[in-house]
Amino acid sequence: MDTVNQDELRDMRFGVPTAWRERLEARVLHPLRVTNWRYFAWIGLLLLVIGWALYAYSRQLQRGLIVTNMRDRISWGLYITSFVFFIGISHAGTLLSAILRATKARWQLSITRMAEFITVVALLVGALFPFIDMGRPDRILNLIFYGRWQSPLLWDIFAIATYLAGSTLYLYLPLVPDFALCRDRLGPTAPRWRRLFFATAALGWRGSPAQRRALDRAMTVMMIVIIPVAVSVHTVVSWIFAMTLRVPFNSTVFGAYFVAGAIFSGIAAIIILMAVLRKLLHLEEYITQTQFVSLGYLLGAFTLIMSYFILSEYVVPGYKMEAGVPFQFQQLLLGPFAGLFWFYIIGGLLIPGLIVLFPRTRTIRGIVTAAVLVLVAMWIERYFIVVSGFRVPLMPYEPANYAPSWVEWSILGGAFALFALIISVFAKLFPMVSVWEVVEHRGPEPLAVAPVVDRAPRRGPGGLVEGGVQ
Amino acid sequence: MMRHEAGSPGVAEDRVQPGIARRRFLKLLGTKLFSFGALGLVLSAGRPRATATGTAGHAASVAQPATLGQRLRRWAMVIDLRYCDGCQSIKQPPQCTQACVEGHFAPEPMQWIEVYEGDLSGGGTQFIPTPCQQCQNPPCVNVCPVAATFSTPEGTVLIDQQRCIGCRICMEACPYDRRFFNWGAPPQPSQALPLQYLPEHQSPDYKGTVMKCDFCPDLARAGRLPYCAQACPNHAIYYGDLEEDLATNGVDVVKLSRFVTEHTGYRLKEDLGTEPRVFYIPGSGQLVGRDPYHRGRLATIWPWKKRAQGSETWTR
Repeated sequence: MDTVNQDELRDMRFGVPTAWRERLEARVLHPLRVTNWRYFAWIGLLLLVIGWALYAYSRQLQRGLIVTNMRDRISWGLYITSFVFFIGISHAGTLLSAILRATKARWQLSITRMAEFITVVALLVGALFPFIDMGRPDRILNLIFYGRWQSPLLWDIFAIATYLAGSTLYLYLPLVPDFALCRDRLGPTAPRWRRLFFATAALGWRGSPAQRRALDRAMTVMMIVIIPVAVSVHTVVSWIFAMTLRVPFNSTVFGAYFVAGAIFSGIAAIIILMAVLRKLLHLEEYITQTQFVSLGYLLGAFTLIMSYFILSEYVVPGYKMEAGVPFQFQQLLLGPFAGLFWFYIIGGLLIPGLIVLFPRTRTIRGIVTAAVLVLVAMWIERYFIVVSGFRVPLMPYEPANYAPSWVEWSILGGAFALFALIISVFAKLFPMVSVWEVVEHRGPEPLAVAPVVDRAPRRGPGGLVEGGVQ
Repeated sequence: MMRHEAGSPGVAEDRVQPGIARRRFLKLLGTKLFSFGALGLVLSAGRPRATATGTAGHAASVAQPATLGQRLRRWAMVIDLRYCDGCQSIKQPPQCTQACVEGHFAPEPMQWIEVYEGDLSGGGTQFIPTPCQQCQNPPCVNVCPVAATFSTPEGTVLIDQQRCIGCRICMEACPYDRRFFNWGAPPQPSQALPLQYLPEHQSPDYKGTVMKCDFCPDLARAGRLPYCAQACPNHAIYYGDLEEDLATNGVDVVKLSRFVTEHTGYRLKEDLGTEPRVFYIPGSGQLVGRDPYHRGRLATIWPWKKRAQGSETWTR
């Protein structure tokens, strides 16, 4: 059967002008065709940072964790902070796209792919940290030989492994029709390994009604299953703290508090990645103010939810002032963590909330600014929760102090670089927008802003579509 | 900072094994958790059972538990704070810490029994020699992901440094600050290196693993007191067996439960429910003439001249 005819039939069915659909395909597939030197320079830079982090880690392997500034009394630091942070970001994607899919929201369809990518990549990077933090990484298999399910660390391993498997599947399912698209559109020009890759990954997708039904059913199941899994992940991440007898972690809402914080930072991460890819891949036509404002509203709502949790977390113990609480309050509100704490309250909750509240600042630029503030503040929040919690003395001794060493900072830098690297590589292997979903569910907005002429793709000789990107 | 709860009937309670309830709760919780991930089932089916109370599966296995007829010994300690002056009177570092360091080759800066100076409600201070509290509901054992730290039938909590993965969640869980990590290559004396490793006598030390007071059950079985109790110049540390209900400081022998009760003994942070095996008789060294307003004690010394090659020290 002629694929072109089938495409046009599909266009008629969904009321989509063929030219519009072709422009969308060309735009989304363009980065898979063309790579310029700037991309390679960027990859080189990231590899450099990762190389430096590997050097730092080799020092740690050689001399032990003594190269960090963690010691007996503050025995978890930057690594566990980063673990919590990255696992938190991972909630962006899958949870958000699953909830929005389940509630049949349409505006998010052009960004679900990015969101789901963040999930998988953040999980891959975040899951490294507990292993980097281990004193004996050579004994990693003891977790399998002697693993005790009574330990919160094992809960984390089960939950994160389940979530990683689930969200990878959830990323892959809607990719299948797009792999088929790549196979059909990029086939003749792409190198051999790519053709093979797309053909394999497309699983023989032809868009037949039976295949459609199977895909719909699988996606529905996954979208429902993934929500409780995502919630369980950050709940058990918080439980590695809450299951201990330390005053600052002694909280029954810790699980919910961490889950809310995870979604909050995840939304911020999506907004930032969305803004970056929109600029770099010229997706302005498909990712518009609508997406930014809608996510901005969600971000604003979460500033309120987080404020509510802060209130519960601090007012309840603060009213009773049991032993240890006065120390914790002093160091957070006035002492060594005051700068971080108040930045979090003002820069991470108040200002982003106000930015979203006022229509004047509720622009793409404003919302991206709010998202950057939130992401930084959420990292800081994870940091002061972990480190200040450990700093409360358990016995009559002088409170310890902790500032991360160059090794710890380097490895954190390497983790961010790895995060960016995987996203960058994926952006060359997979379409970053779910083309088929956008086509089928959205169609062109009738009064959409006309595409800027010099950026419109042109039909080149031989029927190949050339992107307008230089 | 320390909380005194005078007159608690700690000894009698010890027989009830209150850890059971929590264990059952965790077991129930576990079945729920497994319903989430099939991976858990696969993993748990293929591994040897290492329970919180068993010592099975430890390579350097623990010696046969000591018994009294048919009954197991249950080691315990009573520290009489009325006799502890932090070794102010002899102008030496606390001798319990010092003897422990030298007997165990404890790497610098680990003080497995550490003498804290706690504030008293009426001003002044008391000295509190603090070994591992040997909890009967041990938070550290509960959280260990690989059963490297475990409770023995004698009631002590030990660490198998040959299994420990160095995740340090036990250090987070311990409410008494009694766990120590080998951050670098352990600064142990070179004579510790040829020793045969046992969890009951943790030498030689392993980099990247957790260590702590082991309660010296090996010495007890040989009829000797732990290093700390041997070395205390004021005989403030009693060591004994709850099963036989006797304890000794090397000079006197006391009926353990009666001794604790009659002197309104207590346990540290009793309200946490950790059920320690270390009891304290309240005091501030008054029976050896210490003025509670006289602060300070000398720092512990790690005396060995030759350290293992490549080792480094750190501050706690």
